[in-house]
Amino acid sequence: MPASLSTDNLDVRTNEAPADAAPARGLLRFLTCGSVDDGKSTLIGRLLYETSAVLDDQYSALEDDSRRVGTTGDDIDFALLVDGLEAEREQGITIDVAYRYFSTPRRSFIVADTPGHEQYTRNMATGASNAALAILLIDARKGLLTQTRRHSIIASLIGIRHIVLAINKIDLVGYDQKKFDAIVADYEAFAKDLGFLTVQAIPLSARFGDNISVASPSTPWYTGPTLLGHLETVDVEERDTTGPFRLPVQWVNRPNLDFRGFSGTIAGGRVSVGDAVVAAGSGKSSTVSRIVTFDGDLPAAEAGDAVTLVLADEIDAPRGEVLADPRHRPIVATRFSARVVWMADELLVPGRSYNLKLGTRTVPATVRAITHYLDVETLAKTPVVSLGLNAIGLVEIETLVPIVFDPYTESHELGAFILIDRFTNATVGAGMAVEALGATHVHRHGFDVDRAARSDIKHQRPLVLWFTGLPGSGKSTIANLVEAKLHALGRHTTMLDGDALRQGLNADLGFDAASRTENIRRVGEVARLMTDAGLIVLCAFVSPFRADRDRLRERFAPDEFIEIFVDAPAEVCAERDPKGLYAQAREGKIAAFTGVGQEYEPPLSPEIQLDATEPDPEALAVRVVELVETLVLGANRSAETSSEL
Amino acid sequence: MLSTDSLRADQGTPVTTGRTPTSAASARRLSPHLAWLEAQSIHIIREVAAEFRKPVMLYSIGKDSAVMLHLARKAFYPSKPPFPLLHVDTTWKFREMITFRDAIAQEYGWDLRVHVNEDGVRRGIGPFASGSAAHTQVMKTEALKQALDAGGYDAAFGGARRDEEKSRAKERVFSHRTASHAWDPRNQRPELWHLYNTQIAKGESMRVFPLSNWTERDVWHYIAAENIPVVPLYFAAERPVVERDGALIMVDDDRFPLAPGETPQIRKVRFRTLGCYPLTGAIESEAVTLADIIAELESSSVSERQGRVIDKDTGASMERKKREGYF
Repeated sequence: MPASLSTDNLDVRTNEAPADAAPARGLLRFLTCGSVDDGKSTLIGRLLYETSAVLDDQYSALEDDSRRVGTTGDDIDFALLVDGLEAEREQGITIDVAYRYFSTPRRSFIVADTPGHEQYTRNMATGASNAALAILLIDARKGLLTQTRRHSIIASLIGIRHIVLAINKIDLVGYDQKKFDAIVADYEAFAKDLGFLTVQAIPLSARFGDNISVASPSTPWYTGPTLLGHLETVDVEERDTTGPFRLPVQWVNRPNLDFRGFSGTIAGGRVSVGDAVVAAGSGKSSTVSRIVTFDGDLPAAEAGDAVTLVLADEIDAPRGEVLADPRHRPIVATRFSARVVWMADELLVPGRSYNLKLGTRTVPATVRAITHYLDVETLAKTPVVSLGLNAIGLVEIETLVPIVFDPYTESHELGAFILIDRFTNATVGAGMAVEALGATHVHRHGFDVDRAARSDIKHQRPLVLWFTGLPGSGKSTIANLVEAKLHALGRHTTMLDGDALRQGLNADLGFDAASRTENIRRVGEVARLMTDAGLIVLCAFVSPFRADRDRLRERFAPDEFIEIFVDAPAEVCAERDPKGLYAQAREGKIAAFTGVGQEYEPPLSPEIQLDATEPDPEALAVRVVELVETLVLGANRSAETSSEL
Repeated sequence: MLSTDSLRADQGTPVTTGRTPTSAASARRLSPHLAWLEAQSIHIIREVAAEFRKPVMLYSIGKDSAVMLHLARKAFYPSKPPFPLLHVDTTWKFREMITFRDAIAQEYGWDLRVHVNEDGVRRGIGPFASGSAAHTQVMKTEALKQALDAGGYDAAFGGARRDEEKSRAKERVFSHRTASHAWDPRNQRPELWHLYNTQIAKGESMRVFPLSNWTERDVWHYIAAENIPVVPLYFAAERPVVERDGALIMVDDDRFPLAPGETPQIRKVRFRTLGCYPLTGAIESEAVTLADIIAELESSSVSERQGRVIDKDTGASMERKKREGYF
């Protein structure tokens, strides 16, 4: 063990607080970021060691590990304290975010250790989302790198306002003040517009302990605080108690008929008994009559407190509703702009639908457009059609129902959201709301002549009959027969035909995956208008992607969208080949032809499955009509239900 | 049988049952750090109740579980927590733990389900007969999976903390498990802000750790501040122990295979963590109150899991167990 590891003379140990006192101090959450080999893990290991968070048995395990797999010769390899997973040890890199805990008599700390590898930017954003300060590690020999800029910009976007510029490995440049000063000057020039409130540069050696908790004798020219000294004293605002009151309802508390409370964590501001509040989504007002906790009622509570509010009036405020200060209401909108950090391998393409979780609300949402891609090295904004893994962009989002939010710059709690893939359930994006688009606070008006009125006059219930299947399976043939029979029965119908639409409405679309998705989306919207008119809409589209069809279904009321799978094997379809398309595809004249080269995803549970190897399409059409007739006579959807959609 | 009265956490104030909330929140007496941890944990617990179909709270009877149960009661007050407790009984727990478990469930009026891997019992699996690894695999990991499958639970709370062990440090608060309960550390969902992705496919489940950000220190300070009852084994007392591989193992019943001529020594010991008695090392201690325990902890130089025999196989043994479905 090198002499410099001796901790006998450290401040943190000599002024230990009395052991019987509960630690009466705040918390600082911070993250460390930097490039591979800048020494992040070593720095965190060193911090843990110097604050006595490393105990004897862990230290002896560390000595063993250092000898076995360490990269520091005979010295203790502090990085091994924090690189937990087997694969990481083998590769010598951190592959995930890890959280570490230590405390000094002045403060408790939670450290997010985030990776420096470029492809893991999403983890940096993850760590930064719950941190108030970032330590940016810089190798004194290398100065500012692309990664330093990238991490600074991400930290700034996520809303971190305090930076420590940890200029590490200062021993390897001979403790040279000129090198230090040059890096600090470079950084200040770069970061001047990033909105940081404090930037503290410190010359360090994580490996040897210079300026970690005691001022290093090797840097007499440096008069600033040590790293721990700065972390203990830097002033950060952990709770947003100054903003307007917000409580996203998390759980409605109803133990019996006499008690009805709204449980949740206060997301912003303060609330007192007697305060007026409004349920932002519904616009219903009331006053706070009690603030209930297990430990007794409170006269007031503030941001960060997990409480249960009882209101004076019986207003409805389900999970997802936001109780707010009526004088400073949050935004209620279905369209807004947002910054998004994309976290999935699959590209973010406009038109796709995701689940959006904001506060305690989860709603289906679509990214309508990508305004620009933000280059996190140069801050340049470029128009793009998609965002890839780790890309950051400004996008327009549309939610299926109005959502209550604040701009992220005003409230992290009510401005942050995640996007969840509805089919894999993966978290694919992290978002920060910027502003509402178009008209806000506008509620739809019920028209005098609504869809119920329009369908009543036709004595039918509107429906969409969606025929899907391989080219040549017989979709159009069957759909035509079905329409003729329905017409004969006095039903009001219309037919949407793929080829016809592609010559008109969709003439701008090609056959790549994104265009196919958009094609189907437009058809769905047209079908919706037709059902609003009270019609039975027949659609015959290959529509090869299950996800596209499932998204369509969501645009309609339950039982309104009838998926009809015209099921015939590709060989049978190719043999029929009514338009000669299979032959052309096989000759390579048509790219991305479903059935030849491009996959068709059959429905998992269609309302109707037709065995299209059956030679008589009449029999198949009769089956469809029989089912449709039972549905058509069903009760009309109420106007209220449909206007929600 | 332990009377409710002896569930006192400390030698000081007795635990009140069905407490009447009077003073303005003992939360006000908490340090800002503990108050923050408490609120964050309550938020997590409520989120599970709101978003999962059938949650269950794993009750291990230890100090962390004690804190987790306390937080769950706070989260839903004046309602009762809307989920049952589940204890996976390896049949080798300390007898005092079982007594305490039953007394707590009764005092809180909480639905407690106990699961034993009966197949393991029939096969005679135990820490002495089968070794710690096989015992843990069959009676703990397999038993847990059986109980979760049988109950059809889609979310299970556990009291694990990130500061316990290196591989735990990277675990999410909401940790996704496949239909076969496996954990894939390479395929974890990023967890941003306080927005937990609770969506799972049919048959899959979530393990949820409301105490992720607590340290052992925080747990004891909180137990003291909130006067939470804990198993008396945490307090030093004269107990019969023998030394095995450098660890002091308590002879808790007559299944303990003593060497010929070996007699247990009576020593003043306590436990920092509680598990199966043959696999849990005691420490010599004079700490008989919570204040003593905290004082001892502040000056301690070994970690709490040091007494756990099952962690010691190799540096990464916890990660392997977790991938197989261990909590």
